[in-house]
Amino acid sequence: MADGRRDGGRLQVDTDECKGCGLCVEACPPKVIALSERLNHYGYRTAEYAGAGCTGCGICFLVCPEPGAITVLRLKRRPAGAAEGASV
Amino acid sequence: MSDQTDLDYIVAHSKARAFYPTYERKEELQHQTHYCPGCGHGMVHKMVAQAIDELGIQDRTILISPVGCSVFAYYYFDVGNVQAAHGRAPAVATAVKRTRPESIVISYQGDGDLAAIGSAEILHAANRGENISVIFVNNAIYSMTGGQMAPTTLMGQASTTSPGGRTPAEGYPLHICELLATLEAPVYLERVALGNNKQVAQAARAVRKAIENQVNGLGFSLVEVLSPCPTIWKMSAVEAQRWIHDVMEKTFVPRVYRDRTQTAEARPAPGPAISLEKVPAMLGVAAKETPAAFAGEGAATAEIDWQVRIAGFGGQGVLLLGEMMAEAGLDAGLEVSWLPSYGPEMRSGTSNCHVRLAREPIDSPLVGHPHVLVAMNEPSLHKFGSSVRRGGWVLYNGDDVPPECERRDVHIVARSFTHLADELGDARAANMVALGAVLEIAQVLPEASVDHALGRLVKSPRWLDLDARALTRGREVLREWRGEVCHAE
Repeated sequence: MADGRRDGGRLQVDTDECKGCGLCVEACPPKVIALSERLNHYGYRTAEYAGAGCTGCGICFLVCPEPGAITVLRLKRRPAGAAEGASV
Repeated sequence: MSDQTDLDYIVAHSKARAFYPTYERKEELQHQTHYCPGCGHGMVHKMVAQAIDELGIQDRTILISPVGCSVFAYYYFDVGNVQAAHGRAPAVATAVKRTRPESIVISYQGDGDLAAIGSAEILHAANRGENISVIFVNNAIYSMTGGQMAPTTLMGQASTTSPGGRTPAEGYPLHICELLATLEAPVYLERVALGNNKQVAQAARAVRKAIENQVNGLGFSLVEVLSPCPTIWKMSAVEAQRWIHDVMEKTFVPRVYRDRTQTAEARPAPGPAISLEKVPAMLGVAAKETPAAFAGEGAATAEIDWQVRIAGFGGQGVLLLGEMMAEAGLDAGLEVSWLPSYGPEMRSGTSNCHVRLAREPIDSPLVGHPHVLVAMNEPSLHKFGSSVRRGGWVLYNGDDVPPECERRDVHIVARSFTHLADELGDARAANMVALGAVLEIAQVLPEASVDHALGRLVKSPRWLDLDARALTRGREVLREWRGEVCHAE
């Protein structure tokens, strides 16, 4: 967030659950998901957030075959006039 | 990510509440499903779970698990579940829905299950317009068993049983939606695909709609999902997804095949089930007020577990003999089981049954090592004679035991029951002579209960009289035999 802007969404990956199939990487419209270089406990390269630009659209969640591997967060709508990052 | 920043975000998409937090199936991997990476089942499971969450029906949903990769659905969904035999999910769903109309019944099946062995069940459930939701996951192959050809396999598609590709000699891909769309009753039939983002989103809408239709009482809904199987297709997850869109859809066109959601009226809920008390009158049998007093208080604590095997050829009344024991046992307030085993022939095939009479609930109706064997012919003695427990009884319908069937560690009563019955008037009462002898051995069934069973199962007055006399004769036979033993000793 060097430019002071916040992503509209955030991606959390449960690396115990992800099997590294790559469907989310393919499906992500802004292409901000990649497979990690690290292997997880079971030997899979798991999905990870690869940079800024998540919109919180949830398509990665929809195409992911695992029930809880991906959680998508979305930025709260702020009341008009509130400055970005005012709470930080 | 600091906590401070997290506060600015809300959870938009996360694991559905309809899933268990962890899956107890294995020691390890309790976070993961058992599905392969990129499997379509996981996606469809999430759609179903999402719909259950959104419709607020988790506490009244009953999922019918199939046979196939998704057999373990009950490890994942925190809802009621019945796991059905191969192909039978729509029939089981019918029973569950009709007996529990307030429940939401989702039948979940693959193509090897629904379109092959279960083709009759799905056809008739759809034709009856059962108010159930069927999720049909089609990947054009038998995956769990290693990739054999399915009815849905595409023309030219290679499988382990069509290695050169499917040819017309193996038939053509079965189009379930098109087939069901020829029926009058279904309310909603749609084929969707998991070929790209747009299709996945549409599939989620269709799954929800199929379940919502049931909530609204509209009737039969089925969603066919063209679903990837990267493992058996030997593709990466992404390649498999593309193959659905580029190849599979040419054969299985995704579209709505029936949608009467707007015009269909809610089906009337079935009336209340007939009360059990009325059933005897409807069947024309006398109601039994209370189980006949079985025995005195002291006897009530004695352990009872009689295991009996009855065998012969079809037509000898082997099954009736067993049924009579079970019926009498029921009347006496015992736990009973009666398991018939016979071939398709009505006469002259072999036939046998397993009977258990016990005080405690019966774990298995199978009788491998009987206390009593009734062998109504010689082949039966050959087949089961050696299975009788030591100290047990063999009642053989013949005067001479073949030498190879002799045993010193069991009681063998060899009398021609057929001959004895013939003396009474009809050789066909031989089974009742044998039953009389069994009753005399087991001594757990009061005569009143036996009389009740006889009256219940034998309708003709002529036979009733003959059978009663045959039973008495059988008891006498055993007493005489005991006398001989005493005498001999």
